[in-house]
Amino acid sequence: MAEYALEELLIAAIADLLEGCGHIAVGVSSPIPGSAALLRRHRDREAGKRTRVSIIGTTIPAYRTDGGVDLFDSAGQGRVDAFFLSGGQIDGRANINLVGVGDGYPQQTVRWSGSFGSAYLYFMVPKVILFRLEHSRRTMVEAVDFISAPGVSPPDVYRPGGPYALVTDLCLFRFDRQRARFALSSVHPGHTVEEVRDNTGFDFDIPETVPETAPPDADTLAVLRETVAPDIADPYPKFARRVWGVSAAA
Amino acid sequence: MPDILLADVDALAAEVPDGAKLAVFKAEGGCAAMAATGALIRRGVRGLHLVTVPTSGLQADMLIGAGCVATVETSGVTLGEYGQAPCFGRAVRSGAVRVIDSTCPAVYAGLQAGEKGIPFMPLRGLIGSDIVRHRDDYRIVDNPFAADDPIVALPAIVPDIALFHAPLADRSGNVWIGRQAELKVMAHAARTTLVTCERLFDGNLLQDETLAPAMIPEMYIGGVAVAEQGARPYGVTGLYEDDADRFTAYAGMAKTEQGFAAWLDETVYRNAPAVAAE
Repeated sequence: MAEYALEELLIAAIADLLEGCGHIAVGVSSPIPGSAALLRRHRDREAGKRTRVSIIGTTIPAYRTDGGVDLFDSAGQGRVDAFFLSGGQIDGRANINLVGVGDGYPQQTVRWSGSFGSAYLYFMVPKVILFRLEHSRRTMVEAVDFISAPGVSPPDVYRPGGPYALVTDLCLFRFDRQRARFALSSVHPGHTVEEVRDNTGFDFDIPETVPETAPPDADTLAVLRETVAPDIADPYPKFARRVWGVSAAA
Repeated sequence: MPDILLADVDALAAEVPDGAKLAVFKAEGGCAAMAATGALIRRGVRGLHLVTVPTSGLQADMLIGAGCVATVETSGVTLGEYGQAPCFGRAVRSGAVRVIDSTCPAVYAGLQAGEKGIPFMPLRGLIGSDIVRHRDDYRIVDNPFAADDPIVALPAIVPDIALFHAPLADRSGNVWIGRQAELKVMAHAARTTLVTCERLFDGNLLQDETLAPAMIPEMYIGGVAVAEQGARPYGVTGLYEDDADRFTAYAGMAKTEQGFAAWLDETVYRNAPAVAAE
């Protein structure tokens, strides 16, 4: 089997989750989701499908010219099918926290950047994929200290969108919006269900058999290294250099 | 009529009074007016109510670290690939700066209310977020056109001054913004807008049909100063790249107050134009 990096495994797994999304938007600080969106687009193009990718912070590919206003307005209209969010903390009801740790907001003991567009896009975009590389009891908590955006809403709140899956460095969860609960979907090669349970601060469903996350095949790896890498190097030069030793396309 | 063309970034910074509600633009695309930010710090502006549109990076972090900011209204302050914004984090934790947490589309929607001259704008989402719980200026109201449909009403955001960096302006104060169309929303909402530009265009930019759609006309502009490479260490789309080494240096130095002071000394104070001999 071909050797691959963890990043490549995650990119391939996320690209699978994005199947059927006509317009995939990617926010700031999201090189792995951005690469996954570009991989999805590449596969769809080969299958004769027109998939759009909007990566904030780049002019390539330039589907949008109006930046944020346009992105949020089009999401409000239902023109964005998939988006990615992360959290310094994520809890079992898929609440995410991008603000900080500890009591006494706003003077918490740890302060992060802020909520960005999460408090809106989490409601509006049908398929929101949560993504967090550090899977630990520090990040996967029973209840977040600040709800930047809630995982679920009461029935009277307008909400066509919400969480679909959670991808970490250990595993992949799917989220059941009716039950407000995660279920383990696959565990990455080299890791175990027990390890996932030990490192997760919230309860989740574990099916009787949990498959291994499928490793990227040789064709996928070739596309990533030859096609996706130079494109993602435009918004994420550090990432592209670190993972693939590649600089932006001229 | 006062000349709209200002001598330099320091003359531009002199137009920002202490306590102003100052809107600054996000880091991506090269519209963060970094040379002007250095000038604001040199001038020693105090008590700013900084509105980041909708986020900020090095610009907000430096202004906060230098003690220029009383309140920061933001959806996020981050150095992006270079990590958390160290001065912002320190100042929020210590209470040295008051933070008003927002979310990106709420900043735009508030500015859109501002540019229309209306008191508020409704926005989807938000309900159930702790952002709403901590903001006494937001209201959850009933959709007047449908039953059982709560929606958040956001107050208009009307900055005293908007500040950004642009590729090109003319001597009348018409500013060409390129593809960053959100700058229009920010400039329209603000009482006045100060701009630094890479270069000046001799003639009237508005007469160029291809440039005109990406233009903010002079009626919104209070002052323009030329600042070549005025976004550095940020890059400007199509002109120059982000200076990765400077961001790496900043991320390291600003981890401590002493390191940040050294950064200011190196990049802000030593770059100050020599004071004219009397």
